[in-house]
Amino acid sequence: MYISFKILEEGKISVEDFVRFENVTKTFGKIRAVDNVTLSIKKGEFFSILGPSGCGKTTLLRILAGFERPDKGRVFLDGEDITEKPPNRRKVNMVFQNYALFPHLTVWENIAFGLKVVHRPKREIESEVKKMLRLIQMEDCKDKKPHQISGGQKQRVAVARALINKPQVLLLDEPLAALDLKLRQRMLMELDLIHDEVGITFIYVTHDQGEAMSVSDRIAVMNEARIEQVGTPAEIYEAPKSSFVAAFIGDTNFFEGKMIKLLDNEYSLLDIEGLASGIICYNDKPLAPGHPVYLSIRPEKFRISRHEPESDPLINKLQGIVEDVIYLGSHTKYWVRVNEYRIEVNRPHNKFLLDHRPVLWNDPVWVSWHADDGFMLDRFNVVDESLMTLPPEEIGRIGPFNPKASFRKTSKESKEK
Amino acid sequence: MNPSSRSSRNAWIVTFPSFVWLIIFFLIPTVIMFLIAFKPSDPYGGVGVGWTLANFRVVRMANFFSILWRTVWMSGVTTAICLFLALPTGYYMARVSPRWRQVLLFLLIVPFWTSFLVRIFAWKSLLHPEGVIKKILIWLHLIDPQSSLLYTSGAVLMVMVYSYLPFAILPIYASAEKFDFQLHEAARDLGASSLYTFFKIFIPNIRRGIWTAVLMVLIPCLGAYVIPDLVGGPNSQMLGNKIAQRTFVDRNLPEASWLSAFLTILVLAPMIATFILQARSKEKYSVLKEGP
Repeated sequence: MYISFKILEEGKISVEDFVRFENVTKTFGKIRAVDNVTLSIKKGEFFSILGPSGCGKTTLLRILAGFERPDKGRVFLDGEDITEKPPNRRKVNMVFQNYALFPHLTVWENIAFGLKVVHRPKREIESEVKKMLRLIQMEDCKDKKPHQISGGQKQRVAVARALINKPQVLLLDEPLAALDLKLRQRMLMELDLIHDEVGITFIYVTHDQGEAMSVSDRIAVMNEARIEQVGTPAEIYEAPKSSFVAAFIGDTNFFEGKMIKLLDNEYSLLDIEGLASGIICYNDKPLAPGHPVYLSIRPEKFRISRHEPESDPLINKLQGIVEDVIYLGSHTKYWVRVNEYRIEVNRPHNKFLLDHRPVLWNDPVWVSWHADDGFMLDRFNVVDESLMTLPPEEIGRIGPFNPKASFRKTSKESKEK
Repeated sequence: MNPSSRSSRNAWIVTFPSFVWLIIFFLIPTVIMFLIAFKPSDPYGGVGVGWTLANFRVVRMANFFSILWRTVWMSGVTTAICLFLALPTGYYMARVSPRWRQVLLFLLIVPFWTSFLVRIFAWKSLLHPEGVIKKILIWLHLIDPQSSLLYTSGAVLMVMVYSYLPFAILPIYASAEKFDFQLHEAARDLGASSLYTFFKIFIPNIRRGIWTAVLMVLIPCLGAYVIPDLVGGPNSQMLGNKIAQRTFVDRNLPEASWLSAFLTILVLAPMIATFILQARSKEKYSVLKEGP
């Protein structure tokens, strides 16, 4: 087997495979929650599993915690097969979505629970709990009951209670979902600090891409019980491997077209029906002319101006009409009608704008982008086999989640008419 | 008129009928009973004139203390057995799928469609010397053919457990159903065994349900009359039987009243104790009802 081979080879487990899911499948009745997932998580990593609700990310976490037994596949922790171990014998601890603090115990007793269960000496419990209370800065609240403390404090107690057992991996199941936005951001930073301080592996499950992007070392994007892509936040944002990832992580504009020709090793010319022909795009895949592709361009990659931009062989420019403007404080969102497409454009607010007069409704504008800022997805890519039958417009409709609203609007809404 | 006084007036109007009902048919008769306990009896079974403490003598009847003791321990044992059976049942009912829960609840309610008295008579024929249970037990060589199942304290205990078990299961189930079973997962995750989790997490969190179950079983048991009368023998009489005897056979109402008053206090004492305990735990566990 994979693991034993590695043991023989290196004498100890590779850091790369500290936690490993191997071909894990789990079904509930007719619903396949986790479908043949293979995933490796490194030691000490802040790893996020990101996906819309119902994608199977929580099930994957519960399989690692031991609350669910996979139908197929194995789970390894530090080289040991833990698939059959009950949850109380696994060196992983979990922070639950609604914290699951014991309502009849005080904060102190909640944190001490894990040590009391294993009958550690009283002295040790005292000092360990004290340490944890200091870590979460809640020494003053130690005698309060869970219902007497705030949501953020509950969350911290839940983290302390899970950490006191010195788990090899801390599992966090949407721990911030119950908090309001401001508190969420603060708690996220605190979690990150705690991660740096204790240095153990964190596996963080969330549907909020902002949370995942800001703290994770690596992210696995899950959809429909499968893992779509694993990578650093930048990799996932800048180079999504599937149209689902491109659409789920941030906003994007999708264009459906085909290859005209390869210009050289780096660039290709595309024909986007209903938009324009001869669009230049970065491409490292040797695709034949006529091959169907998606072109994805993030809203912030566009530039919008009332004057025609200077000509440059690597700049694409198109003329359109502004149909909608939304002021969002840090930036303004424009929807620009270009032939049959509505393109979503974000423009950050800088002091020195090229045009001093702001762009308004019905203004004729130029929309332009650099060839390197768009990325091309092969429409018949084997990696995306699950999406082959699904045009990107459909992705949002299959799951219960609400995809980026703009995603559906920006794609070929007019073509459907 | 400010809204708070209006709402309090409305609340008063709504509760008024039941309030009056309780005063007329519960509070006043109870007070009358306490008063009669201090009246002399007259030879014709009525209540005499004047006041007396003589009814207190009833405690000197030969077997008062053994009957009192039997009443207390039989009620206590019944309550304990009911709790022992109801805890796992309530736990299980809260964990099965909602469909099954409906079925189980229905099965729990079904016996109440038959009259209480009829069900006890059914037990009488079941436990009868010629009855099925005895024959099976003899066939299995578990009992001596000469011994009796009916008219023993054991029979009374058994029928009391049978009668009051649903009253223990229902409140425990009601609390268990509100219990957040994710706490179980949390405890297991932190290293606790299933048994440890049951006793240290589940039981303390459904404490209110347990207290209610204790009340619902213990109080009717203390006042039990029909069950010991029908399936019990001379050696399994309880306080309730003595009161009936004083009323119907001896026709001594004041002594019956005195015993009744004594029983009322015996019942009220655990009730008040429970209310105090509940009020305390209510403070502690109010989060259970409100939720986070």
